[in-house]
Amino acid sequence: MGIRPVAISIDTPEESRNLAQSQGYTFPILSDRNAEVIRRYDLAHTGAGIHGEDIARPAEFLIDSTGTVRWINLTENYWIRARPEQVLEVAKQLK
Amino acid sequence: MNIKRLNWPLWTGFLLTLAAFLTYFFIFVWFPFTRDFPWANLVLFVIAGALLFMGLRRGFASDRPHPVRSKIVSSLVSVLSVAVFAMFVFVIFFVGRSLPAAKGAPQVGQRVPDFSLPDTSGKQVSLNELLTTPINGNAPKGVLLMFYRGYW
Repeated sequence: MGIRPVAISIDTPEESRNLAQSQGYTFPILSDRNAEVIRRYDLAHTGAGIHGEDIARPAEFLIDSTGTVRWINLTENYWIRARPEQVLEVAKQLK
Repeated sequence: MNIKRLNWPLWTGFLLTLAAFLTYFFIFVWFPFTRDFPWANLVLFVIAGALLFMGLRRGFASDRPHPVRSKIVSSLVSVLSVAVFAMFVFVIFFVGRSLPAAKGAPQVGQRVPDFSLPDTSGKQVSLNELLTTPINGNAPKGVLLMFYRGYW
């Protein structure tokens, strides 16, 4: 497919490493401890963390090799998420 | 316990109410078909509601061996069940929707800002590297950035 999945949250690298090991994830999981990138992308859910810290709202972006956004999913309901086939459909069009 | 005395529709309805609540988070949330709209759980709640209604009628019937206790128990169990249902609706349809709008997020057609963050080994990785580092010898066609809440 040639698409690299990358996950980002405020979890520490160690927490993300445990997640990757327990789930068998091999894609990069990045740690945005202070939600700086999350804020730059306007995705901060202010004060929604367990200890009242800012965390990311769920969001997915498909970015092509030029760094341009080709598809977004900003769910309005935490329980409604993108389905894999939605992403794959768009990914097919990338060169 | 005498099976004739046991108000089985009431207790079955109550247990089914608890099951209708819990199965969403432990089972149905894993399948998009039952996750995006919790219809399977709502079906369970409806069946539970019918059983509870039967149980309430039975609890208020004149032939109960302990009429006062029976009325109190069936009423309390029913109220508790309604509370469980209300909690479910609140969590799925209200708490679930309390996400910020993210109006300033990058839009389709826009270039995303580059960034650099530590990966699971603590090494700084930039978006540019992610977009250019080959996958199995070929340049990647793109990157799927997935922001999530964390605490996993």
